[in-house]
Amino acid sequence: MAEHILDANGLHSFYGASHILHGVDFTVRKGETIGLMGRNGMGKTTLIKSMLGLVRPRQGSVRVRGVDMTHAEPHRIARQGIAYVPEGRGIFPNLSVRENLIMAARPGIDGRREWDYERVLHTFPRLGERLGNGGAQLSGGEQQMLTIGRALMTNPDLLILDEATEGLAPLIAKEIWSIIKTIRASGIATVIVDKNYGAVMALADRSVVLVKGRVVFAGESAELSGNQELMHRFLGV
Amino acid sequence: MDLAFILIQLLNGLQYGMLLFLVSSGLTLVFGIMGIINLAHGSFYMVGAYLAWSLASMTGNLATAIAIAIPLTVVLGMALEKLLFRQLYTRDHLYQVLLTYGLILVFEELRSIIWGDDVHGVAVPALLSASIPLTDNLSYPVYRLAISGVCLLLAFALYVLIQKTRLGMMIRAGASNRDMVQSLGIDIKFIYTLVFAMGVALAAFAGMINAPLSSVTPNMGSHVLIICFVVVVIGGIGSVKGAMAASLMIGLAETFGTVLVPEVAGMIVYVLMAIVLVWRPEGLFGRK
Repeated sequence: MAEHILDANGLHSFYGASHILHGVDFTVRKGETIGLMGRNGMGKTTLIKSMLGLVRPRQGSVRVRGVDMTHAEPHRIARQGIAYVPEGRGIFPNLSVRENLIMAARPGIDGRREWDYERVLHTFPRLGERLGNGGAQLSGGEQQMLTIGRALMTNPDLLILDEATEGLAPLIAKEIWSIIKTIRASGIATVIVDKNYGAVMALADRSVVLVKGRVVFAGESAELSGNQELMHRFLGV
Repeated sequence: MDLAFILIQLLNGLQYGMLLFLVSSGLTLVFGIMGIINLAHGSFYMVGAYLAWSLASMTGNLATAIAIAIPLTVVLGMALEKLLFRQLYTRDHLYQVLLTYGLILVFEELRSIIWGDDVHGVAVPALLSASIPLTDNLSYPVYRLAISGVCLLLAFALYVLIQKTRLGMMIRAGASNRDMVQSLGIDIKFIYTLVFAMGVALAAFAGMINAPLSSVTPNMGSHVLIICFVVVVIGGIGSVKGAMAASLMIGLAETFGTVLVPEVAGMIVYVLMAIVLVWRPEGLFGRK
């Protein structure tokens, strides 16, 4: 069994007064791809934020590489080799494209430097044409590439992508998917949240489905995609 | 009024402006990045001046006094950020105003206990005590030129730090999205502590180097604080570039105002602020 990067156990998280997660378990092993699915408001983003230290769970635990980090600062969790591409992208609009990338540069947890500035620009040639532009002047697709490129600059073992293709034109979305495939093939574990369930399940080794803050399905992606009844009941498709 | 006289006023205005920049740059950074209105910022200027005076009287040398005082002010800044200001980041401006106003009173009381309520003077260092003759009866003190040079150097260093270094990029990124910076593995809290301590040290350093030019007096921080808020508002909140432009503008306006129209000199900077605000409500370099 591969090494566990992330283990969430029995997470209960709240957003203000509303109880969002009701005892969620979630595991990511080294190198695997997981599709995290569920309709809007089912707790996907809250689960991610709870595991990254950005939302404090009221109950349950988060272990990173076997070490309890439930109450750790977000930067300590990130430094364990976990990178995050948030919904809405989270580029720094007041920094140039170049600055967005180099401010994040960091060797991976084992000291490896597979991803650096040159490789990111090689992977995203469009960014190379816009180095001096402020983050806010980029198109949606370029912003997404910048966020993914910035995440790769930290040489992660796990990349969490929350709605990476949301609001993008189909052609651009296709480009992002092919980049995600490249990243997956390079051995980086990925957690993918996306409305395009077909694309997610085609890539994901395992899928996890949340309904109202509870895990209703966790298993092989093929098992879910081949079951129309489950797809309809859990995801409404 | 001849050319030499105008030149002297010009140099004085620029020198005063640069000194204002040292104090206001920290104020605008802390305001722009951490969102804190720090009324106690002028107190750091006062602390700097008193430290310079007391340490210079002990060691007999202003340069030594400054070398000892700077690390002390950095430690003071870090301690204040960790113990007090950190609690304010998520609070309303009212809490910030209450706490930092309280700090002014605490600093004044501590100053009174430690150093007393007398007015003091600090001698200009012997090495820099000469004057450069401009005409037969007008000359310009080397010390003023020297502190202008030091301020210019510091302003340049600050520019490089914020615009060119990775730390500067992290600082600016933190102003736009704190959570995202942390999610990249960057310890934003430590960076905030550093930025705050740097602001404290810059304000205190301004008080130290200006001590030989003005007397060291109780409440000397409050005048500086008000002018520095004017600088921050004119320059645009959070903009170091704006703080530089506004500091020089105010330095020149106040200096020339005092010699040309002494009757209304006290009003000039506020009139200037009103004009800028009508023209550009976000300040010269502020973001809308």
